[in-house]
Amino acid sequence: MSMVATPKDTYLAGFAALERAGTAAPAWLHRIRRSAIDRFAEIGFPTVRLEDWKYTNVAAIAAIAFPPVLAEAPAGPGAEALEPFAFATPGPRLVFVNGRYSAKLSSPASPPSGVRVTSLAEALVTDAAAVERHLARHGDWARNGFTALSAAFAQDGAFVHLAPGTRVEEPIHLLFVAAVPAAPVLSQPRNLVVAERESRATIVEHYVAVGDDTYLTNAVTEVVAGEGAIVEHYRVQQESRRGFHVGTTEVRQARDSRFTSGSVSLGGRLARHDLNVRFDAEGASCELDGLYVVGDRQHVDNHTLIDHARPRCTSRQLYKGVLDGASRAVFNGRVIVRPDAQRTDAHQTNKNLLLSESAEVDTKPQLEIFADDVKCTHGAAVGRLGEDAVFYLRSRGLGETAARTLLTYGFVSDVLARIAVEPLRARLDALLMARLRDARAKETR
Amino acid sequence: MLSIRYLHAGVEGKDILRGIDLEVKAGEIHAVMGPNGSGKSTLAQVLAGHPAFAVTRGEVVYEGRNLLEMPPEERARAGVFLAFQYPIEIPGVSNAQFLKAAVNEVRTRQGLDELDAMEFLELLREKLALVEMDQSFVSRAVNEGFSGGEKKRNEILQMALLQPKLAILDETDSGLDIDALKIVANGINSLRTPDNAILLVTHYQRILSYVTPDRVHVLVGGRIVRSGGKDLALELEAKGYDWIREDAGAVQPARA
Ligand SMILES: Nc1ncnc2c1ncn2[C@@H]1O[C@H](COP(=O)(O)OP(=O)(O)O)[C@@H](O)[C@H]1O
Ligand SMILES: [Mg+2]
Repeated sequence: MSMVATPKDTYLAGFAALERAGTAAPAWLHRIRRSAIDRFAEIGFPTVRLEDWKYTNVAAIAAIAFPPVLAEAPAGPGAEALEPFAFATPGPRLVFVNGRYSAKLSSPASPPSGVRVTSLAEALVTDAAAVERHLARHGDWARNGFTALSAAFAQDGAFVHLAPGTRVEEPIHLLFVAAVPAAPVLSQPRNLVVAERESRATIVEHYVAVGDDTYLTNAVTEVVAGEGAIVEHYRVQQESRRGFHVGTTEVRQARDSRFTSGSVSLGGRLARHDLNVRFDAEGASCELDGLYVVGDRQHVDNHTLIDHARPRCTSRQLYKGVLDGASRAVFNGRVIVRPDAQRTDAHQTNKNLLLSESAEVDTKPQLEIFADDVKCTHGAAVGRLGEDAVFYLRSRGLGETAARTLLTYGFVSDVLARIAVEPLRARLDALLMARLRDARAKETR
Repeated sequence: MLSIRYLHAGVEGKDILRGIDLEVKAGEIHAVMGPNGSGKSTLAQVLAGHPAFAVTRGEVVYEGRNLLEMPPEERARAGVFLAFQYPIEIPGVSNAQFLKAAVNEVRTRQGLDELDAMEFLELLREKLALVEMDQSFVSRAVNEGFSGGEKKRNEILQMALLQPKLAILDETDSGLDIDALKIVANGINSLRTPDNAILLVTHYQRILSYVTPDRVHVLVGGRIVRSGGKDLALELEAKGYDWIREDAGAVQPARA
């Protein structure tokens, strides 16, 4: 047996340290953590031999030891460093540095009564019952090495709880900042959103970096939408160019609930997001929008799974991607319609725009339909800018760069327009315009 | 203003224009007529700089400059405008966004200040009235879902906004009802000044009752086989193109 420490040992040692520190985690959480680390020890990170990871090779992640962040109060960046990511809305903002809550940088505002917006670490103490009922209960944490690792280290993240009938008008901004001093770290925010019956809120999960470092974010979010609840969820990934990002969002929907998702992936060297929605009762609906814009050697993978487990539910998906350089994108949209899920209405579209010869897309719809009275459609497209359209714009005086930028912007504009949080939409709009212009300018030089 | 000399152009493996000579002076309107497939659109696109066509021989001088060496955007900034026979649809880009980008691009290259949102809207309102287009067109995606006539009017709107020196209109009159035809003709006439020139590509004589050309040229098989005054258009209308084909003798009719 080799005595050389492997990256895997780093996680096992990190876990031992967490146990030794004896944080005041309740017994039920200890049990989950221990089973989860055992599971991780057994399976490790996924390999391309697994169907779900066929096009996304995480060997680069597995080869690096990312020590888990255990400290409670990491030294964060200054508030000015976060300015570019702030919204000018008066809603609550929770800031996490390397996955740990930073009271100093946060402004939780004062939510309406019946609404809790706080860190998971605190909620484990103050909202023990709600946390125990939901944390790591939705979705299968044993599914892969990432979800297992997240469960093993579950200790901090955002906790949002909406009592029945409550509403939060302003978006709740959850800002996850990667701020790496020297060595690569593993940051694992673990978020829980529980929207009880007839409640409503908008939540923005926002992953950013203040440096240009190598690190791994492994984030898991559980969203529980009660009867008639409306949850608008945005997830914006702007990790550093050298950062790795793996995220899993597990959504459970009760009767007549509505979940909307805007998943935007811009950063990271490798980014993967699994969005799993299950309809647990009739009349629920979800709308999932996705946008990924990548270049250079970036790799982005979106896996969605919609489980139409019950009748009369509606799902609609629109994912669009723009690829430049030698980037690679994967879209896998799986829709399961269970035998008694009659009158299911499910639509899925994935469209990709290739801006370079060497960019590549793997797009795969995966429909598994076991009911007969259903409406299900899917469509996937991979294309390039129309040269006639480029010429049309140039013939009106726009330079080649401006023409291609405007056409590319036109390609994504419908997904952008669907972002209902105005300051977020405006910021992404400007960011994308600038980025597309730079990319094209670089090319035509 | 524009001198076309012995122009040969085509697409890979196919010659389309086979020796065009044409002289257009400031203040003039020239009509280019001809049967389908004779090369009218190719001529228009080559003048605007479409990269799909290769010029194999000849030259084009525009205001003393070698037009063929200029990229399409340079030509536009220098005052060349092509109204497309088949305007392109651009999903996701609003007409307003497109028009403003075009106007400001051309203005800044001509040493003028960019228009701000308010100034642009004012200019746009004025030009919309000229082509009798509804304000609602402005917020719709460029040409997307526009009817044939709306697309043509959108081309004239662009022309009116960009105020070109040399406007090339490729069958902008085709498929229009009489009211739309008058609107288009009105737009063309409003551009008619002693400093501007217009190349009016058309299949029918109809528009020439509203826009009086100084010269009429007949294009067959990639060559101008006859030129004349405005009466030539009437003659063509009465007799069709066949007599010219026969007349042109050696000229091979292009496949339609
Ligand atoms: N991009 C192209 N590729 C191949 N053939 C073309 C292309 N454009 C035009 N042609 C051919 O060139 C000839 C002239 O076409 P065009 O200039 O469109 O004629 P017109 O406008 O007079 O009807 C036709 O035979 C047409 O099929
Ligand atoms: Mg034509």
